Amino acid sequence: MKSKQTSGRLLVVDDNKVNRILLARGLEGHGHQVETAENGKQALEKLRTDSFDLVLLDIEMPEMNGYQVLETCLQDPELREIPIIMTSSLDELDSVVKCIELGAEDYLNKPINPILLRARVNASLEKKRLRDEQRKLFRTFATKEVADELLKTGFSLGGEYVNASVLFADIRSFTSIVEKQEPADTIELLNNYFALMFEAVTGHHGTVNQLEGDGLMAIFGAPIHDEGHREHAVRAALEMIELLKGFNVERASQNKVQIKVGIGIATGRVIAGYTGTQHRATYTCVGDTVNLAARIENHTKSVDSPILIDQYTCEGLPGDVEVEALGPMVFKGKQQSINIFAVKE
Amino acid sequence: MPEIDKTAFEELKQMSGTDFINELIDAFLEDGPNMLHQMEAALAARDVESFRRNAHSLKSNANTFGAQELGALARELEMMGRENNLDIGNKLQVLKEAFGKVADELVGMRV
Repeated sequence: MKSKQTSGRLLVVDDNKVNRILLARGLEGHGHQVETAENGKQALEKLRTDSFDLVLLDIEMPEMNGYQVLETCLQDPELREIPIIMTSSLDELDSVVKCIELGAEDYLNKPINPILLRARVNASLEKKRLRDEQRKLFRTFATKEVADELLKTGFSLGGEYVNASVLFADIRSFTSIVEKQEPADTIELLNNYFALMFEAVTGHHGTVNQLEGDGLMAIFGAPIHDEGHREHAVRAALEMIELLKGFNVERASQNKVQIKVGIGIATGRVIAGYTGTQHRATYTCVGDTVNLAARIENHTKSVDSPILIDQYTCEGLPGDVEVEALGPMVFKGKQQSINIFAVKE
Repeated sequence: MPEIDKTAFEELKQMSGTDFINELIDAFLEDGPNMLHQMEAALAARDVESFRRNAHSLKSNANTFGAQELGALARELEMMGRENNLDIGNKLQVLKEAFGKVADELVGMRV
């Protein structure tokens, strides 16, 4: 089997010149760009001023040894994503184990076997490439903090109960808008619209976890715990309305149809976790609160307020957010009536 | 009997690329005497850490070139250093001689 070749920018750290030359020339021969450092201090300087895809790090070095460099890198948020392969002699197996436990990506025994070198470097670069892609993907759906948390905890996270605010937003009369314009205009409208909505959600510590047609679902308070999730959800909703005003002014100037949205927010216990398969997974939450948020959003069609929230969300708001009590409502599938509040713009 | 294991040397050449084997040999010939000198100085100063580290480097280079005997001798001294034992008798002298033989052979292997 021919393994996939990924070339990268590599840093070889070794106090021994023979090893530096050998690794650098060998890796350059495999199509990589290679920089070298003679000791731990120099390595950290290079890592901080330049960007690398992978580090090959000798353990035994004077002054700052490989173990200390590894530790420093793993504690530095800017450096900890760079995979590190330890290079060592067989006599240093104890140290290697320590490094792997600490978080080194892999190790290579010296004298270095050229076939193993190629295989481990390629595997590490490929893994890093996938992680980078995954991170980029997460960031389009979530804030940096959430993306980092997701990457750290992985997908194995089981379901859990969390207290969260769930927000649904929909474009009013979208079907009739779609019927009146070209398909390309509809896709352009959706892309511009979603760009603004994502901005509002992530700007208030929320995570967009579902898009369906013109509808959007966002979670506040999970997967990262956020004490102020009720307020953050409502502030995101207010910003959505504000951003849409500017959006509509622009559309009006281009003679394009203006849009209105309805937003519903409910707060309570939800079951949150990853769903999907190994190939395609998403962080989502389900439960009564989610259904309620969707029903409340739907109710905006019947009243003259774009943002409706339930009582529990309302109780988490500071004094400067003005609300109007609309009284109890009975929703489909709910036994008890729910007190609904309109948030004033 | 040759000092350099041919299979190991061929593997090395394959990894560095034939073009760079001279560069590697030169680095070995240049750094080796320096490491031996450092070991001598460390021995005189009873600096176990420096002694051990230089023995370690020499071992590493010897193994890289497939110089098995030199590698084994250097390793023995590295292990003694690790155990804080500098009663090495004439082992450093033996190591120097072994290095000399390997160095002579390597000069002839430049391409």
